Amino acid sequence: MKKHWEILVVDDDEIACESLAAWLREDGYPTDMAFSGHEAIDKAKKKDYALYFMDLKMPGGLDGIETMMKIRNLYQDASVIIITAHATVDTAITALKEGAQEYIVKPCNPEEISLLVDRIIKVKNLQRQNILLRKKLTRQYRFHDIISKNPKMYDIFQLIRDIASLKSTVLIQGESGTGKELVARAIHYSGDRAKKPFISVSCAALAETLLESELFGYEKGAFTGANSQKKGKFELADGGTIFLDEIGDISPKLQMDLLRVIQEKMFYRVGGSQELKVDVRIIAATNKDLLKAVNTGEFREELFYRLNVINIQIPPLRERREDIPLLVRHFIEQLAHELQKNVNDITENAMRLLIDYNWPGNVRELENTIERALVTCKTNVLSEEDFTFLSTNRDKSERWSVPTNQSLQDVEKVVIEATLRRLDGNMKETATVLGIDRSTLYEKIKKYNIPRLKEDVE
Amino acid sequence: MIYLVPMGNIESDIVQSASLCLWHTFGFEVKRFSPLEIPTHSYDEKRRQYSSIEILRMLHKTMPKEAFRVLALIDKDLFIPVLSFVYGHAQFEGKVGIVSIARLRQEFYGFPEDKELVTNRMLKEVTHETGHLFGLTHCNDTSCPMTLSTNIRALDKKGVSLCESCKLLLKENMVEKFQ
Ligand SMILES: [Zn+2]
Ligand SMILES: [Zn+2]
Repeated sequence: MKKHWEILVVDDDEIACESLAAWLREDGYPTDMAFSGHEAIDKAKKKDYALYFMDLKMPGGLDGIETMMKIRNLYQDASVIIITAHATVDTAITALKEGAQEYIVKPCNPEEISLLVDRIIKVKNLQRQNILLRKKLTRQYRFHDIISKNPKMYDIFQLIRDIASLKSTVLIQGESGTGKELVARAIHYSGDRAKKPFISVSCAALAETLLESELFGYEKGAFTGANSQKKGKFELADGGTIFLDEIGDISPKLQMDLLRVIQEKMFYRVGGSQELKVDVRIIAATNKDLLKAVNTGEFREELFYRLNVINIQIPPLRERREDIPLLVRHFIEQLAHELQKNVNDITENAMRLLIDYNWPGNVRELENTIERALVTCKTNVLSEEDFTFLSTNRDKSERWSVPTNQSLQDVEKVVIEATLRRLDGNMKETATVLGIDRSTLYEKIKKYNIPRLKEDVE
Repeated sequence: MIYLVPMGNIESDIVQSASLCLWHTFGFEVKRFSPLEIPTHSYDEKRRQYSSIEILRMLHKTMPKEAFRVLALIDKDLFIPVLSFVYGHAQFEGKVGIVSIARLRQEFYGFPEDKELVTNRMLKEVTHETGHLFGLTHCNDTSCPMTLSTNIRALDKKGVSLCESCKLLLKENMVEKFQ
């Protein structure tokens, strides 16, 4: 029952250390020993102890209170009991001010120490129950890999259940990072095709000809380099689902080919003359306004209507802020495990900051943000300080509208200029904000001929 | 085999009762050792008590190899540095343990001698510390000898024989770890 709470006894007096450890082991707590403050910190780095018994007087430059402070830096909720030989008021005040939960004066009555440990462990058990409860909540708000308690998202979950086993094509629309592929997967894995393949293709990632052979495969000798026959994604997805992400980016020719696949359920490999028939459900996704593209003639109207049989609009994260706490907890749990970081909580202020942030990159940006914060976090609780990189970008992102008719170089130039201006020409800070090193910044300033506001005097 | 070692002035009928109790509860043959001197360096002048861990260390060094478990009975008051006293002390799942009968005697509290009561208390503590040697931790059942008693009232409340769950745990430990 209490076996999972581990205790570390820290005392330079070997006999005192060993005997207290033995006494605690008899009570059922796995107990380790450290004979100096330095050893205690080394051990604490390897294991998150629930409770520390710390002798006040220890040689070697780290006494009990200093050691406790260092351990509390590592684990904000570590409980420390300071053991002192004389009850001076000063010691007590310092120990409590620095966050020791309790102090005892040795020799101490066995009853007193037993009650003290019981009380601290009882609190720990309660905290653990709260964490378990929160995990259960996350599970409750989970549909496949999508976590939400937003009413619009609930409607989407219901729609997914309703259409999962149909063959109709689906068009998923939503800003980048909203989880369009997760929705596509949820459709596939909730329906009859769950045991058949789910094949995902990003249409924007490949040039036209490459994408064509990627989708439909090719025959031997279809082009230079085609040394053998290769199956395309449509063939691989036979019986299952193909997910075409960023469908708004495909060329007019591919739009034609795709239309034929949907209408006639057949296609040819590149360089082939044999008709191939497949049974594939198509789910397409885009972050573009496809209807607008239809009106300007960039996207074939017929294809649009063929794809848009069932339409799912995923709301951006800023329109479902109630999901942010759920997602944050989920990512902390999942990523801390992957990154092997001992982080299990977040302060209220940090959570507030994340809830208020605008999330132009949606859930994916939130995930990346948590990952970055976890990597640099030095305690076991994420705090505001772990998200400073976010606030420096905040004002920029709120007014930022993505230009869609400029070359990347132009955009780069504008961004560098604007950042330099905001930071009064400070090269070091500008480089930090842009995430490049200073020499790269110098190169780019020279390349784009950006006027410098003031001479760099560093 | 369990070695039972009296240290200092312990009545022989107390040692006998302890021997019977250990045999009955743990199922091992018990060998009664002739009384041992209490090591002088284990005495703390300031505290006027004996350091239980120093005595356990001495026993660990001097007991014959074939002694599977060693339990000492002592008539002196024991301590560990952090605590004002201990009734007994055992290495958890280890080889040696010790029980003090100093605080089990009525005389300690200013009452007349009561031989039956001190024997009864001793049996509970002997079972308790030996239980630790065989891997039992403290029990939540306040009538079980494996419950932690930190004062004489609590000690008097508990019984001599192990509760059902401790019996079961002991049986499992015997099979798994001690055959
Ligand atoms: Zn005990
Ligand atoms: Zn019990």
